[in-house]
Order: sequence, then C-alpha cells, then structure tokens
Amino acid sequence: MPAPRTIPFDYPAPKAGAAAALPGAGLPWLDALRAEGRQLSADGLPGTRMEAWKYTSLAPLAALAFPPPGEPVAEAEPGAGAFDTIGGPALAFVNGRLDARHSRLDTLPAGLRVRGLAQALSDDPAQVEGLIGDTVPNGDPMAAFNAAFAADGCIVETAPGAVVDEPLRLRFAAAPGSGPLAWHPRVVVRLGAGSRLALIESHEGLAGEATWSNPLVDVGIGAGAALSHVKLQAEGAGAYHTALTRTALAADARYESHLLALGARLARHEIHIRFDGEGARCLLHGGYMARGSQHVDNTTVIDHRVPHCESREVYKGVLDDTARGVFQGRIVVHRDAQKTDGHQLNRTLLLSPKAEIDTKPELEIYADDVKCSHGATAGEPEADQLFYLRSRGLDLRTARALIVEGFMNELLEAVGHEGARAVLLAQVAAWIGEARP
Amino acid sequence: MSAQQDAAAHQAVESYAGERYKYGFVTDVEADSAPPGLDRDTIRFISAKKGEPEWLLAWRLKAFERWLEMEDEEPAWAKLHYPPIDYQDACYYSAPKSDSDRPKSLDEVDPELLRTYEKLGIPLQEQEMLAGVAVDAVFDSVSVATTFKDKLAEMGIIFCSISEAVKEHPDLVQRWLGSVVPYSDNFFATLNSAVFTDGSFVYVPKGVRCPMELSTYFRINAANTGQFERTLIIADEGSYVSYLEGCTAPMRDENQLHAAVVELVALDDAEIKYSTVQNWYPGDADGKGGIYNFVTKRGACRGANAKISWTQVETGSAITWKYPSCILQGDNSVGEFYSIAITNNRQQADTGTKMVHIGRNTRSRIVSKGIAAGRSDSTYRGLVRIQPKAAGARNHTQCDSLLIGATCGAHTVPYIESRNPTARVEHEATTSKISEDQLFYCRQRGIDEEDAVALIVNGFCREVLQELPMEFAVEAQKLVAISLEGSVG
Repeated sequence: MPAPRTIPFDYPAPKAGAAAALPGAGLPWLDALRAEGRQLSADGLPGTRMEAWKYTSLAPLAALAFPPPGEPVAEAEPGAGAFDTIGGPALAFVNGRLDARHSRLDTLPAGLRVRGLAQALSDDPAQVEGLIGDTVPNGDPMAAFNAAFAADGCIVETAPGAVVDEPLRLRFAAAPGSGPLAWHPRVVVRLGAGSRLALIESHEGLAGEATWSNPLVDVGIGAGAALSHVKLQAEGAGAYHTALTRTALAADARYESHLLALGARLARHEIHIRFDGEGARCLLHGGYMARGSQHVDNTTVIDHRVPHCESREVYKGVLDDTARGVFQGRIVVHRDAQKTDGHQLNRTLLLSPKAEIDTKPELEIYADDVKCSHGATAGEPEADQLFYLRSRGLDLRTARALIVEGFMNELLEAVGHEGARAVLLAQVAAWIGEARP
Repeated sequence: MSAQQDAAAHQAVESYAGERYKYGFVTDVEADSAPPGLDRDTIRFISAKKGEPEWLLAWRLKAFERWLEMEDEEPAWAKLHYPPIDYQDACYYSAPKSDSDRPKSLDEVDPELLRTYEKLGIPLQEQEMLAGVAVDAVFDSVSVATTFKDKLAEMGIIFCSISEAVKEHPDLVQRWLGSVVPYSDNFFATLNSAVFTDGSFVYVPKGVRCPMELSTYFRINAANTGQFERTLIIADEGSYVSYLEGCTAPMRDENQLHAAVVELVALDDAEIKYSTVQNWYPGDADGKGGIYNFVTKRGACRGANAKISWTQVETGSAITWKYPSCILQGDNSVGEFYSIAITNNRQQADTGTKMVHIGRNTRSRIVSKGIAAGRSDSTYRGLVRIQPKAAGARNHTQCDSLLIGATCGAHTVPYIESRNPTARVEHEATTSKISEDQLFYCRQRGIDEEDAVALIVNGFCREVLQELPMEFAVEAQKLVAISLEGSVG
C-alpha cells in the first residue's frame, strides 16, 4: 500500500468569534487570502509520497491536537534569550504573540522601521496588502497553513541607502507550561535599495510541551542592498518547527543566511532563493546538530532566473544516537541565466551506528555557459584526524569533541556580527558538552 | 567561446539536426505476429508459441494480474515528457516466419536477414573470425543464429536465447528468473514479465573464465511491435564473464515501446562485466518517432567478493529510462557504473544507477558523463543507499554534464542515504560547457575547432570509454564522434 500523498490533519478552524480576533479580519483581500490558505490546508499535511517530503514524515505532528487559532494567549514568561547580550532593537514573540514587554523598539536606529503585523494592518492595510497580498502559497502546503492562520508577525523595512549598524533581533519563544500550541508567524522584510541590515532570528524554548512553529519569512532585498540573516533554532524536545524563508534578490543585492539548527523533535528549514536581478549573490550556510530521536531537515531551492548571479551553499551537520538528518538542495538555472556560478556542498558527520543522513543535492540546468557543482559526503570522523589528536595525548572523547567542534566552527566563522558569532559558537560548544560520555 | 565560434557551433548543431539516422531502414520479412492488444489470451498465445512449460505461463499470468493493478503506477517521477502510451495498441509477439524450422547453419538463414546484418555492419560469417566474439543475434523477438556455441559448451558455459534455455535448462531458469527483478518490481518490468518474448541466457559454471566476450545485437523490426527482451546472466562461484549488448533500429514514424529486463547474479568471487552501446532510432529533429526505452537492469552480488560492472554508452532512443543497479549483498562485493549519455535534438534521457550497500566493506563507483545538445534534456538520477549493516562501505560518485548550445538541459538528481557511520560516501557533480581555455590551447597548436572539440569531449568521456571492451570501444568512439560532428564546430 503506497503512502498517501497527504496526511489527514484535523487542524481546528478558528471559532466564529475568534476568526475576528485574527488581525485585519474584515479586510476583503485578507479574508480571501485566509480562505484560500484554509482551503489548501484542508488537504492535510504533506505526505512522504510528495517528492519534497520524501524523507520527512509529519505523521507525529498530525497526531497532535491544537487549540483553534485566534484564541487569546495568556501572558507568559519566556526566560532569557540566547542573543540578549547583543542589545539593540528587538521584537519578542511569546507563544506566537508579539510581547511588548520583552520587545525593544523605543530606540530604533535611523532608517529602520519595524511594526507588528496587527498594528500595521490597522495603520495602513493598503501597504500591507502590497506586501503580503500576493503571497499566494503557490502550492506549498506549509505556507498555506501560514496564510490561513497567521495571527501575528512583523514588518521590517529599511529606507533606501540606510546602513543599520545594530542588528535587529526577532525572538520566538515558547514559554514553559504553555501546553500544545501552534503559531504561524508571518515576517516580512524589505530592504530599500543600497541599504544594509543584520537580522537575528531565534526560536527558543525549554518547554517539553508539544508546540508547532510554522513561520513564513518573506524577504525582499532591493538593488545593491545587503542582508545578513542569522537564525538559531533551539526549541524544546516536544517542538515541531516547519519554517519557510523566501528571499528575492534585486540586481547586485546580497543575502547571507547563517542557520544553526539544534532543537526540536522535528525541524524543517526550507529556504527559497530567487534571483530577480543580475549581479546578485547569496551565501547559505547551514549547520545542524541532532541527537536522541531528533529529525532535522534542510531543504533549499536556489532559483537562478537571470544571468550573472552567484550562489554559494554549505550545509554541515553532526548526527548522534538515532537522529536523522535530511538535506535536499536544488539549484535551478533558467534558460537565459548565463554565467551563473553556483556551488553547493553538504557534509555530515555520523557519530552513532543508528544515525542516518539522507542527502539529495540536485542540479537542474537549462543554460550552457554556467559553472555549477555540488558535492556531498557522509561518514564518521576521519581516523587520521583522531589518530593525530590521540597521538598527542588527548583521550578519545576529547579528540572526537574537538573534531566535531572544528567541523562546525568552520562554518560559523563566516558570521559577520561578532556578538552573534560568539553566541552561535557557544551554542555549538554547549551541544558538544552535553554529550554523554 | 567567441560569438563567431558560437555561431559556428550553432550552425553545426543545425546541420546535425538535418542529418538523417544512418541506420534507418526496414527489412521486409514476413512476420508471424500476435494480433495487437494485450489480454490473458495474448500471453497464452506467446507462451504456447514458444512451447513453454506450465510454471512459466503461470508466472507470466501472475505478472499480468499484478500489472493490471498497477494502472496508476506507471512511473511519472522521471524528467521525461511523452504522450500516454496505449498498451492495447502494440503487438506483443512477432517472430520471423522462418522460426518454425530454425536454420541449422548460417547458410539456412533467411538471406534478407543476413543482408540486414550486413547493413548494420555485423556480417555473421565474418563475426566468427573476429576477435573471439560469439553473437546471439536477436532479430525482433526470436534468436536466429548463435555462434561459437560449441566452443563455449566445451567449457560448460551456456549461452543461448532464453526460450532455448527454458527448454534445455528449465531448472536454472526457474531458479533464477525473477530472483533479482521480481515479477512485481515496477510497471515496466512487470509488463515485461508478462509478455517477454526472447532475450539471452548465460550461465558460467564455477571457476570458469569465459574466454571470449559474449555479444548480442538487438534489433527492432516489424512495425508497431514492442520489444520485451529478458536477459538472465548467472556467474557461478569464481567465474568471470563479459557481456556486450548493442542496438540499432530502423527508421520508424511511430514510437516503439521497448521494456527490457536484465538480471545479473554473481555468486562468491564471481565477476560480471556488462557493456551496452545503445543507438536506437532517436526520432527526427522535431522529436517525431523514436524508441521509448524503459529498461530495468539490475545485478545482485549475492556472494562475497563478487563484482558487477555496468558500462553504457547511450546515444539513441527518443526516451531513455534506465537505471542499471547493483545490489551489493555479499561482503566485500563491488559495484560499478560507467555511463555516457548523449542526447541531441528532442531526445530525453533520464538515466543513472542504484547502488544498494548491504554487505560489509562493499564498494561502489559511479562515473556518469552526460552530454546534451540541441533541444534535448539529459538527467542523471541515482541512488546510493548504505544499509545499517554495511560497515566499512565506500562509495564515490562523479557526475559531470556538458552542455552544447543554449537550448538543452542537464540535470543531476542524486539520492544519498547513509545509515552506517563507518561508511564513506562521496558525491561530486559539475556542469559546464567546453572550457575556452582548453579550446584555445588546442587551437593555438593548429588543431581545427571540430577536432579540438572532439578531443576535449573524448577526454571528458575517457574514464567511461576506457572501461569498454576493445570490440565495443571502437563502435562507441565512433558513435560519440558522430554526435560531436553534428553538435559543434
């Protein structure tokens, strides 16, 4: 019996009164968008017979019961955040709702505009329509859930030419004792031409409760602008995380993504890059570390639609115990996208006999004057490296830890913001420190 | 490349597009065919026609019942586009008339057939004198002539058509048929299991090294006849055999369906080398006509230290759907896949391999070279799977694509599944056009552009070409060169 294409999922519809509690209810375009999303999401969750979900089964998520969206969320204490030490402007979402008490928007740097989704919808619905009205989930099943049920989020904009020195932090925290909860944050980032911004997104939570975070981050980078996007995902053992980040680059724009995925029972980070203007570049660095029975999926699609763009992608991970890693990377080069330069690499260290990695690096190329390559490796730490360290008196455990740390740090060294880099390096060290002897 | 060179390359592509398929002709031999269509009676007709035992008919019918349930399972995941195939429109059995009284020697062979082979460049009379190549030539569905049989028989090697093997060696056939590709394997293999008409059978006994390359030329002839070859090769402990398969087909307007199954079994310390040159009619410049080639090829390294090596040069067919695979069950067994796939005009090729590592210290190597020109699409699709018990397994995959012209596509879709930490899996893939530096280097030394490109592409394919047996290497290089002539400079 072949697996079904979709998994039935009894996700509750908003209650009659609660539907009105979703921000912007009553706006015809938004109601239509939500109705469309609901209709698409009614098919259920994507099943493993869908090629894009071949290696990641959402069946355990489908077994959970969540309260209907739009219900009021009680205020809760999220605890300290990983990036608190950095300072600067910050937005905090606790259990999916913007929490003013833990946000810092009073001292926004010049050229940076940040608003909560609800506020923006009441202030200037026409502008928000321009930003999210056309984001029809084009068949992406998880984006459909987001379109239907997004109850909060934010809109981040930079003025043309603005160089924002301080990074903006977006923190999504699950507060302890929150019970089964789901949130579908919608984040819109728009960089004006020639502007510069660093964005630090973190998903944290110590709670063991079943939570489902389904963020959709929609990024548009103007001509010649540059965004450095750091994402730390370190949620609790009961969490499900299904994120979609969509980035469109105008001419000569630059996008850097630095992802470190550590937490959650099941996490999927899907990144779609679209080159709309010539001369743009993107760098995708992804690190994943999983143990126990964690499942971590990284799926990327880089769409080279125009000539003279460059993409660099390196994903590295460490899998222990019975953890399972998935990497699906696709580079598409369209017919006229000549002089495309695309490289992709996926490397995985398997630390346990029961860990598993499934890798699918894909090239789909329709132009001849291009340079594209991909590489993938999987295996345990090199015997030579272990021998080198042990011959210098290190015990096996220390030697392995050192190799793992070096393997991961190589990737994180590229993070431009010093403070953010230090936090990520510390997270890696802490993960290794938690290893059982 | 400079604009001028580009233009020259373009022109050359155009000129090749106008080139007619060199091997396109139809031999006019009266065929003894089953009526078009497919039902249980067709299968009984085929089975009766071939005088098969009851168990084989039962097996065919079992496959047919399964195939009927597979209506929705015709593979749609490959990067191939073709109109739906009407399986009731094809003719499932066609044998040359002379079958009922088989010729005892070449003198008795229908002269029309012999002329066909001459046109193909394989005159049987001369074949015997050629460097030790025995030929089991398949004309449409029934073997017509087999040579060198006596010499092989002396060593205990069985090399005959599968129909003959069913009669002469039923135990071997019954034991191994469907043991690597079960009747229910996939849509096309299941169809093949139900309706296969002929193919080759090879058995190499323990410790025997087959002294010559065994070769079969397949040829599709009668109009509207699908070809459903079934090949079974068994290499018993410590034996070695090299098998050559090559194909050309006459020009046709209607698409011809071809769904072959090849099964290889290598026991302890045995080695099978299977080489293919496939040059079936690819259709005309607009993609009209051409062979649909849906092939299931799989080898099982059943024993320790066994080795199976696939080498293929795919230049023909409108559509190629083919993934020669190795199931590495025995400890220390080795699987290899060397492939050149050249597509031009509107050809579509979705081909690659599967390496399934089950035993300890199993090793596999994949080298795939895809060359796309014209408006064609070439896809490498492969799977490397390391099972939990495959400690010390090793895989290296290299997939390179070369694009000639701006209207073709080259795609790489590897799947890598590793479930053992001591295994090492490495995959590399590149896509590029012919390097301007290399071209410049050659031209600077007085080599004209066409030769320079030929040289570079030959170098690009070298790792695969050198895996081919001598007899095949000549034909393969010629085929590569023909494709190049048309495609560049």
